[in-house]
Amino acid sequence: MPDERGIRAGVRAALPFVLPTLLLGASFGVLAKPVMGPVAPIVMSVLVFSGGAQFAALSVLASGGTTAAAIAAGLLMNARWVPMGFAIGPSLRGGLRSRALQAQAIVDASFAIAGRGDGTFDRTVLIGATLPQASAWIAGTVLGVLGGGALGDPARLGLDAVFPAFYLSLLVEEARGRRAVAAAAGGAAITVALMPVAPAGVPAIAASLAALIGLRRP
Amino acid sequence: MTGAAWIVVGALFAGTVALKAVGPVTFGGRRLSPRAAGVIGLVAPALLAALVVYETFGAGGPGVTVDARVAGLAAAAVAIALRRSMIVVVVVAALTAAAVRALL
Repeated sequence: MPDERGIRAGVRAALPFVLPTLLLGASFGVLAKPVMGPVAPIVMSVLVFSGGAQFAALSVLASGGTTAAAIAAGLLMNARWVPMGFAIGPSLRGGLRSRALQAQAIVDASFAIAGRGDGTFDRTVLIGATLPQASAWIAGTVLGVLGGGALGDPARLGLDAVFPAFYLSLLVEEARGRRAVAAAAGGAAITVALMPVAPAGVPAIAASLAALIGLRRP
Repeated sequence: MTGAAWIVVGALFAGTVALKAVGPVTFGGRRLSPRAAGVIGLVAPALLAALVVYETFGAGGPGVTVDARVAGLAAAAVAIALRRSMIVVVVVAALTAAAVRALL
């Protein structure tokens, strides 16, 4: 097995994400409290721990959609963990339960940080990188729920621009080499093509198919 | 409404755990073929590019909207090109989007 850099290395690598994640968590807390009450948003951030899914489900509830529609929107956003899980699976060791548990550390940033660039992943870095992010996400949600009145509308503060900037930073680190740039361009093109017609979350899952250009011989 | 919220929290918790686990449970501890490794290494850039587009132009359902997030993303790109830290990048993006929104 390839060498592992350790949980601490993962924690250190994820420290730059703490403030952005805190801001995102706070904006979730602010927006969720009037719709879900004060406790459910915090419990949601602890248990679900997924910005994309939580915002998607919240926007359905806030616009008066059904419970089923909110669940569907959240699950569709999180369906991108399936291709990520298949990518990372071979790098995880241990029994079934242990692997299922380690898989819970998969989030966008930890997935990007833990990749070694050769298709394998450092599972200790994966787990370490998730710890500061989970703490920041939960703490941010609590701050947003408690201090929402003082913060005002998150969109007015530009907090909805934090997600794209966050993903762009991760992408720039990942898109090294011609193939990675081509996969990124393919993923973006698939998303642009599907967004006008497909429900929330679907374009992002379909975009992972752009990785299949890796089947071509160099 | 809060009753519905708790049902959503429970369902998303169970669903997310399952979605994350399905790959690692079926494909744990295998040695990768070079072809598989080639594809897997490209999943992150493909998905992240999709998320940049999606979070910038998303309308919360089918559709595309152009708003102050575009300006925020452009400012973030400049900050990244200037090799600023992630914290600076996201703060610049938020401030730019907020400023554009205040002006429009």
